Amino acid sequence: MSTAVWITIGGLCAATAAIKAFGPLVFGARELPPILARVIPLLAPALLAALVVTETVGGSGRSLVIDARVGGLLAAAVAISRRWPLAVVVLCAAATTALLRALA
Amino acid sequence: MQAGLRAGLPYGAASLLLGLSFGVLARPVMGPLATIVMSVVVFAGSAQFAALAVLSAGGGAAAAIVAGMLLNLRFIPMGIAIAPSLRAGRLGRALRGQALVDASWALANRGGGRFDIEFLLGSTLAQYPAWVAGTVIGALAGSALGNPRSLGLDAIFPAFFLGLLVVELRRPAARPVAALGAAIALVLTPLTPAGVPIIVASLAVALPGRRVRAVR
Repeated sequence: MSTAVWITIGGLCAATAAIKAFGPLVFGARELPPILARVIPLLAPALLAALVVTETVGGSGRSLVIDARVGGLLAAAVAISRRWPLAVVVLCAAATTALLRALA
Repeated sequence: MQAGLRAGLPYGAASLLLGLSFGVLARPVMGPLATIVMSVVVFAGSAQFAALAVLSAGGGAAAAIVAGMLLNLRFIPMGIAIAPSLRAGRLGRALRGQALVDASWALANRGGGRFDIEFLLGSTLAQYPAWVAGTVIGALAGSALGNPRSLGLDAIFPAFFLGLLVVELRRPAARPVAALGAAIALVLTPLTPAGVPIIVASLAVALPGRRVRAVR
């Protein structure tokens, strides 16, 4: 068990470093082809939208879980629509989720 | 960089609590030393949780590494996104890339494909020590602490990403791409291992811009 743990740590450390270096190394400091220059600014909205979904309904393993996080996200949406600061938005979400779990 | 450090502080607090929960959960599986070393050298929360899940289910090192890598693959599109904003040599760019974490990447986004790299570095500087410190406390103090879930801390992340997404959606071109990205993630979440939905969703940028304009 212990050996597997250390191999995991070493392997994941190397893989993470390589993955994080890939974009900056390969795509940095040069003119981008027009197609990439058009597409790269759109990566942020695509990834952020996907992260909202997976962080709200993602379960452990291959599962979709509807739980108190959905209530937290709705509270966040209300806070955002009122133009409250991001730190307050995040606190609203956590407080709502905690409250829903305490009530359940 | 100081502005980034300040902006990163709330997420540093979140990192502390998440690191704490990682420490609490990992200690019985990996032992306190390996738990702490992992947070120091890997520093990728979701990947560490995924690898831990595999190991605690009795999986081997290869399966644990693959699970962690799947979650980390999102740093490839994120790294490509920040690449045009990096002004440094090869080594400098590769090193700055190591500062990539979700919250910092999103906070440093200035729209239109530009990123404030100093801001990104500052924000990560606020989160890394917190992640490690949280892990140390969790691994050593263990179960004396409460359950982070009952505090609603897992809801911090979707709320945070939503707040940043709303800013992106001010650009009309971003809207169909975001909608497609969310739809892909929703469909794939129950079907694929964690991490895959986010990577596939990044392909939403291939949605042809010309046709989007024609539709509108």
